[in-house]
Amino acid sequence: MKPGAGWFKGGDMTTAPNPASAYDMSHEDVVENLATFALLVDNEAGVLHRVVGLFAARGYNIDSLTVAETDRRSHTSRITIVTRGAPHVLEQIEAQLSKVVSVRRVHDVTRDPNGIERELALVKVRGTGTDRVEALRVSDIFRAKVIDTTSESFVFEITGAPSKIDSFVELMRPLGLVELSRTGVLSIERGAEGM
Amino acid sequence: MTAQTTTRSIAPTTAREMTGAEMVVRALVDQGVDTLFGYPGGAVLPIYDALFNDNETHGERLRHILVRHEQGATHAAEGYARSTGKPGVVLVTSGPGATNAITGIVDALMDSIPMVVFTGQVPTHLIGTDAFQEADTVGITRACTKHNYLVKDVADLPRIIHEAFHIATTGRPGPVLIDIPKDVQFSTATYQGPDEVAFSHGYAPRTKGDSGKIAEAVRLIAKARRPVFYTGGGVINAGPAASAALRTLAAMTGAPVTSTLMGLGAFPAADPAWLGMLGMHGTYEANHAMHDCDVMICVGARFDDRVTGRLDAFSPNSKKIHIDIDASSINKNVRVDIGIVGDARSVLDDMIEAWKAEGLEANRTALDDWWRQIDAWRAVQCLRYTPSTTAIKPQQAIERLYALTRDRDTYITTEVGQHQMWAAQFYRFQEPNRWMTSGGLGTMGYGMPAAVGVQLAHPGSLVIDIAGEASIQMCIQELSTAVQYGLPIKIFILNNEWMGMVRQWQQLLHGERYSQSYSESLPDFVKLAEAYGAVGIRCSDPAELDAKIMEMIDSPHPVIFDCRVEKLENCLPMIPSGKAHNEMILPEGGDDIGKVIDEAGRRLV
Repeated sequence: MKPGAGWFKGGDMTTAPNPASAYDMSHEDVVENLATFALLVDNEAGVLHRVVGLFAARGYNIDSLTVAETDRRSHTSRITIVTRGAPHVLEQIEAQLSKVVSVRRVHDVTRDPNGIERELALVKVRGTGTDRVEALRVSDIFRAKVIDTTSESFVFEITGAPSKIDSFVELMRPLGLVELSRTGVLSIERGAEGM
Repeated sequence: MTAQTTTRSIAPTTAREMTGAEMVVRALVDQGVDTLFGYPGGAVLPIYDALFNDNETHGERLRHILVRHEQGATHAAEGYARSTGKPGVVLVTSGPGATNAITGIVDALMDSIPMVVFTGQVPTHLIGTDAFQEADTVGITRACTKHNYLVKDVADLPRIIHEAFHIATTGRPGPVLIDIPKDVQFSTATYQGPDEVAFSHGYAPRTKGDSGKIAEAVRLIAKARRPVFYTGGGVINAGPAASAALRTLAAMTGAPVTSTLMGLGAFPAADPAWLGMLGMHGTYEANHAMHDCDVMICVGARFDDRVTGRLDAFSPNSKKIHIDIDASSINKNVRVDIGIVGDARSVLDDMIEAWKAEGLEANRTALDDWWRQIDAWRAVQCLRYTPSTTAIKPQQAIERLYALTRDRDTYITTEVGQHQMWAAQFYRFQEPNRWMTSGGLGTMGYGMPAAVGVQLAHPGSLVIDIAGEASIQMCIQELSTAVQYGLPIKIFILNNEWMGMVRQWQQLLHGERYSQSYSESLPDFVKLAEAYGAVGIRCSDPAELDAKIMEMIDSPHPVIFDCRVEKLENCLPMIPSGKAHNEMILPEGGDDIGKVIDEAGRRLV
């Protein structure tokens, strides 16, 4: 992209028509990338609302969100947020998050080659006969655990990258998928250093 | 609790144990606050009691200004803050006290005004029960403050108050709100001063710009053939030294200077390098210089839509340098080549040093050509208007007001609309902190309470609210505040009987269908002034204008000046919606104004 020319003129990012004003900025036709941000935040009342409210107020998407206290002594929680947007939007999201007083650190996991992303899902499948046998066989391939069973159902626990869970779910769908519960993405960096 | 309410304890200032209410007063004194704007109510009575005690013991070292509506308190605090560089402080009660304050809080957020707002809250054990005058104040204000707090434990209160002042006044300034339940105001704990508390947040804004980028920026400016400075409110917020640095750097580089609405005064209007304001109602020369420049140096401005016009045609051939304390402002609306995160004063000083250290020289030959081009644009005389002998033209009213007040120590505030733009175009500011207006939020009703705040901070100065007859009615009640405290503010109403900017847009965009924009049943402003105990002056004859303005200036009382102006005058020049900087409507194109904007432009704001 030619710097200074404005990203709306086309190039590698966008096919959007030239907007006449900021109010006309449409991100609909812009190539969107997924991004995962890991945030260390002060664990205080309303902190999740600050982050979620920022996304709502500025029209950013949230694909998944996880939050829990991770260090009781220093009162910090970790929020992992999966969002999508054009590169300049993702850059804005990171800058806006960094501005929130309660946010201590923002880490773009997607752009970090050492970033690891994992998700856990609980998958309920109902079926008998060959479908039931096939479900069990597929779960074995995916290293899913059976955590509950009745004569006509299984609940599987599976962890992995979100794409792995997507594949598993698609395979389970024709075998009697009943219900799906996902944690959303968690992330951490490879190596000895902490965030 | 009743036992506590009746026990009045006047704690000596050295005592460390005190109630939450006393801590608020003590912390304000320790923060150097001398004025606070507020309105009492059930949930802040303990703080008002502590204030009463403090005033009895120490005199009015902390002066409380009783407004007539909480919105007035916030705008007055903004006026105080903008004209002094110190934070504005507000104290209001729970529920409606807090919700009435919201408009001023959002206004301060949009215009980066340092403000600390204290709200009372129902007692902790009643929170969530829909108690009388309960509102989820921290929930409501989370999106419209820089930061906010609900105080659950009185032991945290000293830290929170000092932290709030630090957050409100550093980095990109903004409003911080502290919600204090009534039981916390009554509870006691150990007070800690500003230097004793340990902040609990990782908040640490960057003020020093990257030296590599600064060096790159000055080299780019030195090579420029058609440079322009585009400056904003950030230069004002960075203090008078930032304005001084801007003047030095502009002189060194030989570049012209334009400014946003919020930045007026940072660069003197009397300087030959001044192009006037840019943007929708900016000057022809400023907007054309922005469009045709090859290097743009944006200092403390944020490429707002009122400034950029059509984005894809915004300054298409320039390299852009953006200096801002808020990293999220850089590359938000417009992609820039060099983004420098830092305080305007610090970065400008560093740029001056880098320019000297590298022995850089501006390209004077190229600059001469650039200035010739600028002079050609100036020759268009985009602000010209046709005076009349029978009616006062609004532009003329501001020009005369300027001519008659320019040699005085004057501060100007405005409401929002046509009068605001005419004030920005025709009142020529030479110094920072002299111009208080609602830029980002565009709040009608801002000007008079802001004038109250300014006058309190500058008792001997001439403070004028340039107003419209519609805007002024939105916070008219604050005239009572001005009278109570003997504040001789001057309210100069350009009365054209229309919500002028709305009418102008309806003429432009909606086929002259003037839906609800006529100000029916206007009050008699002279009698209204008198009813409040102020002075009323009316003028409709151009021949009498100067004499009546002098009468207003010479009055030691608050004055409402009902200046009856030409009713259907349009505010020009103008970049129509959806057009570029070099597609301005000039005064002679104003008659045909409805045809200039296309269907796409009509949909914009």
